[in-house]
Amino acid sequence: MSKSIKFSLVLGLGLLLLFTVPLGSFADTPKKGGTLSIVHSQFVHLNSAIQSGVATMVPGAQIFAGLIRLDEKFQPVPYLAKSWETSSDGLTWTFRLVNNATFHDGKPITSEDVAFSLETVKKNHPFGVAMFGAVDRVETPDPHTAVFKLNKPTPSLLPSLSPVLMSIIPKHVYSSPEPIRTHPANIKPVGSGPFKFSDYKPGEYLILDRYDKFFIPGRPYLDRLIFHIMKDPTSVAISLERQRTHYQAYAAISRDIDRLEKLDHIKVTRKGYEAIGPLSWVAFNVRNKPLDDIQVRQAISYSIDRKFINQKLHMGRSAPATGPLHHGSPFYSGDVEKYDLNLDKANKLLDQAGYPRKDKGIRFSLMMDYEPTSPEVQKNIAEYIREALQPVGIDVKLRTSPDFPTWTRRISNWDFDLTIDTVFNYPDPVIGVHRTYICSNIKKGVMWSNTQGYCNPKVDEILEKASMEKDFVKRKALYAEFQKMVTQELPVAWTFELPYHTLYHRDLGNPPLTVWGAMGPFDEVFWVKEPK
Amino acid sequence: MAFFTLVLRRTVYGLILVFAVILLNFILIHIAPGDPAEMLAGEMGGATQEIMASIRTAYGLDKSIPEQFLIYLGRMSRGDMGTSFYYNQPVTQLILQRIPATLSLSITALLMAIILGIILGTIASQNPQGWFSGLVTVGSIAGFAAPVFWVGIMLLILFAYLLPLFPSFGIRTVALTGGSIIQALDFLHHLVLPAFTLAIVFLAQYSRLMRASMLDVLGSDFVRMLRAKGLSERVVVYKHGMKNAILPVITIAGLQFSMVFGGAIIVETVFNWPGMGQLAYESILRRDHPLLLAILFFSAIIVIIVNIITDLSYRLLDPRIKGEH
Repeated sequence: MSKSIKFSLVLGLGLLLLFTVPLGSFADTPKKGGTLSIVHSQFVHLNSAIQSGVATMVPGAQIFAGLIRLDEKFQPVPYLAKSWETSSDGLTWTFRLVNNATFHDGKPITSEDVAFSLETVKKNHPFGVAMFGAVDRVETPDPHTAVFKLNKPTPSLLPSLSPVLMSIIPKHVYSSPEPIRTHPANIKPVGSGPFKFSDYKPGEYLILDRYDKFFIPGRPYLDRLIFHIMKDPTSVAISLERQRTHYQAYAAISRDIDRLEKLDHIKVTRKGYEAIGPLSWVAFNVRNKPLDDIQVRQAISYSIDRKFINQKLHMGRSAPATGPLHHGSPFYSGDVEKYDLNLDKANKLLDQAGYPRKDKGIRFSLMMDYEPTSPEVQKNIAEYIREALQPVGIDVKLRTSPDFPTWTRRISNWDFDLTIDTVFNYPDPVIGVHRTYICSNIKKGVMWSNTQGYCNPKVDEILEKASMEKDFVKRKALYAEFQKMVTQELPVAWTFELPYHTLYHRDLGNPPLTVWGAMGPFDEVFWVKEPK
Repeated sequence: MAFFTLVLRRTVYGLILVFAVILLNFILIHIAPGDPAEMLAGEMGGATQEIMASIRTAYGLDKSIPEQFLIYLGRMSRGDMGTSFYYNQPVTQLILQRIPATLSLSITALLMAIILGIILGTIASQNPQGWFSGLVTVGSIAGFAAPVFWVGIMLLILFAYLLPLFPSFGIRTVALTGGSIIQALDFLHHLVLPAFTLAIVFLAQYSRLMRASMLDVLGSDFVRMLRAKGLSERVVVYKHGMKNAILPVITIAGLQFSMVFGGAIIVETVFNWPGMGQLAYESILRRDHPLLLAILFFSAIIVIIVNIITDLSYRLLDPRIKGEH
């Protein structure tokens, strides 16, 4: 081959490569360094192995690693566990850990820590039993192998091993005599994740610094994360506009978002909340008359105009909810009764149920509660539903709770007719969905249990089967059957999927947009160009 | 000697008041609806009955209220004010972290209001029918009527966004490098907007009060006598007039220190100022009993001390009541 042919080939290949690789890829090559300032809220503490909730879980996912993490399609990808395998009966899961992982105090992360973390989560985390009730024990044949022994097949095991649900905490720190709930390390944690604790001033800020010995070589890219603990929405909006902060997750509906979205340096997305699956609904206390009648519950659901909520109250930002699963869940089924606005049908159902119109056209009165801390998703909806039920002859009286504890006390003790509520699905229905519908979870005094008092043994049977079914297609079919059944019986009337938004600086590379969004590790996030 | 006895008597009254505050606060907080364990469970996204029981045991909420009160008194006598349910930190540590922020905000706001109020009121009193006097009167009515949070948000939009002269939140630039002078300047830079917001309500009152008091003093016999003796108007107004007219302002300012504390809650929320006001507000919502009790205790102590100081300074400033008890 002549020199000129060789040269032409090399040149051609070079040009081909140049045009095949998107130009943006050069600009988006991860770079090390920089500080990301994050708008955040006050947290109880940072030990995400025993504490749920956004405020702890977002920094928790940076401080603590998990065995796996989920990608954008809910698929588990290796994290602290480099590989795993399961036995044919689904009762044994073997996880092989990476060899080079250390806690932030330099001590190695071993299978003993995995076993200790699982026991801690199972005993102390609000979803511990739902996630790991089937795990009988964790065997540790060597420092880098953890063998989970289960007493029944549990397909929800893998998503439950995400960093925010089963944070790997150091046994050597937490096996000290202090009770885990008040352990000093909850405030100054020794973590296992990409960022280590540096400084914390309650009500002011939390600083996490890059952990140089993180087990994924070269990660994380950012030097520092600063979580600014902020409350006032005007102050938050100005800080984002003036680029004093660069990232805000879990922003609910607000006119500020519309304004901020128009700025050149801010991007807004609703991606990254699929694993949370936030649903808002009207819960019925089915113990109380007339709500014990399915027809009454259906009539109420037919009287709610979900399009009006979406278009007028939420400025087009929310999506109507059709059932107990968020549409982002892999188990979502749209094959259910949708309850589009139909006042004629609602009136007919109420007549059939034996509740004719009486004085002033009123059939009966109900009391409605709502959680008082978030007006856009609670109070406004309660006020709308009061008006929406008037035309069908239902008189709704709103009952205000002065604060969150008062509302939780009323609802958890079944002292309500109707209440507006927002509940998270979490990445598997076993974690966040079953709790609302199964008979065994009717527990007085426990918030976000089955406070409605709904009980259908057939539903329990389907959910029990689904919790053990290893075949995804069969499992999905079981959940479809469940969705069809509860949307007929309506222990709650689902109203909308809560539209959380993430606002981030346009020069931020790889913003965390997996199904966990901000609750995923920020190890891949980098500054294309750090703002001054 | 009489002054020393007075100090002693005021201190004893103060201690009795502190005990009454402890007792009353404890009773009021515990009869209010809402369970701290439920609040913590709510923050966790729910909890099983077993976890609820473990929370109650960990924080001593499984004991009866009289038992909890005795435990609380026992701790207080040892100087231990307990551990915050929410923050999991000793409440004394949390409060000591926040006191400087609130005191600096409150004292700066109060001093701003007193100094500017005295100056504006004095100038306005020189020509009670003039335009400046009218401006002070209208301004003080507007300042008094405007809600603090609205003033805060307006100042924030004006001076942190449209004309970005000041920071929009916080007490400092986090992770700022530099010596103590740079840190102090950064702190003062953050202090201006919140302190001015808080000062406005009080400034409105003090300027009006000072104007009225000055008019009263300038019309009195001794001022007429000073003028008859041939003293210049400057000496009459700024030396003798102001000294006498200032007393009501000082008295009101002392009594209102607790109100400044109250106003600080709103200002701290708007400006994200990490002070006691915000901590108190949140501890009420979170039913964080140990923290709330400690904040109320510290606030009561501060207000009692300030009232004693006001009382004593009043006597020092006015020779006529020096010997009175």
